[in-house]
Amino acid sequence: MQTDFDLTIEAGKSSRQYWKDLWRYRELFYFLAWRDVLVRYKQTVIGFAWALIRPLLTMLVFTLVFGHLAKLPSENSPYPILVFAALLPWQFFANAFTEAGNSLISDASLISKVYFPRLIVPTSAVIVSFVDFLISGIILAGLMIWYGFYPSWRICTLPLFILMAFAVAMGAGLWISALNVKYRDFRYIIPFMVQLGLYISPVGFSSSIVPDAWRLLYSVNPMVGVIDGFRWAILGGNSQLYWPGLLLSLGLVISILVSGIYFFRSTERRFADLI
Amino acid sequence: MAPVISAQNLGKKYILNHQSQERYTALRDVLTNSAKHCARKLRHPFAPSESDPSHEVFWALKELSFDIQQGDRVGIIGRNGAGKSTLLKILSRITEPTTGKVRIQGRVASLLEVGTGFHPELTGRENIFLNGAVLGMSKIEIKKKFDDIVAFAEIEKFLDTPVKRYSSGMYVRLAFAVAAQLESEILIVDEVLAVGDAQFQKKCLGKMEQVGQDGRTVIFVSHNMAAISNLCQKGIALQAGSLLFQGSASEAILKYYQSTGDADDSTNNHSGKNESDTAKLLSTEIVGVRSALEINIHNDFIIRMKYEIKRLVEGRCVPNFHFFAPDGSYAFATNAEGVSTMPPGIYFAECKIPGDMLNEGTYFIGVALTNYHDNHFTVEFFDRNALTLNVIDPMDEHSNRYGYAGPMPGVLRPKFSWNIGRAK
Repeated sequence: MQTDFDLTIEAGKSSRQYWKDLWRYRELFYFLAWRDVLVRYKQTVIGFAWALIRPLLTMLVFTLVFGHLAKLPSENSPYPILVFAALLPWQFFANAFTEAGNSLISDASLISKVYFPRLIVPTSAVIVSFVDFLISGIILAGLMIWYGFYPSWRICTLPLFILMAFAVAMGAGLWISALNVKYRDFRYIIPFMVQLGLYISPVGFSSSIVPDAWRLLYSVNPMVGVIDGFRWAILGGNSQLYWPGLLLSLGLVISILVSGIYFFRSTERRFADLI
Repeated sequence: MAPVISAQNLGKKYILNHQSQERYTALRDVLTNSAKHCARKLRHPFAPSESDPSHEVFWALKELSFDIQQGDRVGIIGRNGAGKSTLLKILSRITEPTTGKVRIQGRVASLLEVGTGFHPELTGRENIFLNGAVLGMSKIEIKKKFDDIVAFAEIEKFLDTPVKRYSSGMYVRLAFAVAAQLESEILIVDEVLAVGDAQFQKKCLGKMEQVGQDGRTVIFVSHNMAAISNLCQKGIALQAGSLLFQGSASEAILKYYQSTGDADDSTNNHSGKNESDTAKLLSTEIVGVRSALEINIHNDFIIRMKYEIKRLVEGRCVPNFHFFAPDGSYAFATNAEGVSTMPPGIYFAECKIPGDMLNEGTYFIGVALTNYHDNHFTVEFFDRNALTLNVIDPMDEHSNRYGYAGPMPGVLRPKFSWNIGRAK
């Protein structure tokens, strides 16, 4: 019988086959993400409305605390929109990071009983968070209409920053998911990192309040570049792009993604034995 | 023709950690262990690094080589811990071998666990798609097979019920139905059918048999030897991670039982004694069956021994046959009738065993010659493992199973005449 599938299994030699398999199992990305979305809202009363309510409430709190109580500058745009333009990528990153981090553990039965490229599992978790991101995007559009705030040409560059957010979420997600399989301590580290990240990223405030001398250092956090990019693209007008910081963030994002894939691939073959 | 699966020198090493209860490593342990290691290095910089007593290396498989041809239905047998599951995991690419390599030509579908990837909250319909995708099917392929899957699983009415409300039988049926529809050249099935009801077990075995007849290769692991000998023509017996035997299924089962028998030697005390001063066992065979080791449960068969009486002795030398179940327990013994004193020479003795008397499964036949004289007896020879046979139940209308496909209890399964009528 002639067959297209000719495979040699040997210790440490799976890479050539791997990318072919990833393509062959491409529909699994969709199916796992579909499962997670379906399951998440299955036994809830208001279902998909949760995807809208969570970011909306966060936005309200941030606007109140930072805009009205702390009276931080809003770069001449409505504070809710300033907050939401940052909340959008941040929530996406935080969800993707958390979900991806736990994805391999919660799919342990799959991993120990059936073969498919493991890269699909955390990637699907990131895709699910991306769906939430798109839903939140609708809120932003609604807010902008409400305030009569119209974006400039810069909105066309938004896909580039979305791509950047996706890359950093993906890279960090791969790192944390692989580490979590080996060291379950990361279960406890993940929520802590997310919480801390919210405060060191310019979500509730504009990064223009960071002193100029510290700005480059501040951009070591790759989410700074992503969030500033989002604000620049969405708010238009007065918000300025800090180029050295953005480039530094971009470089870091790419290195996180590449090293994440590399690390994941090198630990992946032992997942079934460890999990 | 090249084999579809060719394994060379397969080995799989696990490191057992005696210290921690959990299977995973905690960062804390890694940190403290490396700190300890550093401290030791500082104190004794030239001491050779000692091996950690809390870690033990365990080879689940070692130096395993075998070939599997296209269209073979291969049963893999062995005791718990013999490496069956590890082998299946390597063949289905879930884990990598530590040494050696396997060449596989064809798409592999493996069913190591029932309902892998099923989500309890999702409906039957949703799970068919999810499970199909996990097993490597495309959406179009699943859509095409959808009706077949539902029909095979017999769950039409419950398609839109979450599977958490399914009975375990329905769950298994659905899971097997999805896997069975996978168009793969190689199907790997672990002992998963134990969960389903008997009727469905038979259906699954039937499906697997059909898969084998389509020219696809089936690898099947089970502790149910009757299922193995019914389903598989080839067998691989594993023992402690190494190959014990590869060949026909019946022989593999025999070797497996012999290896387990060696563990308790108490029943084996006569084994190997084929000759005395008086007599000698020359040969034994089963007559009148196509394959010497497999016998249809409904068919008669004849066992024959050839022996030599070397000198004239007092008393009567009576041939007898002993039937043993695989666990070493006696099924029965039968003595020849009408024996008189025999002059030296070469003789044969035949015994016809009627069909529908033994149960399905493996039997070991001991062959003996006993000399009876003056109310005493002397065993001239007794070869306890002279013959082995597998009794196979075709599960036809003569089997009185009424659709039940599971194991029947007892060493024997005689067919008696029954009379049933209305009492009043």
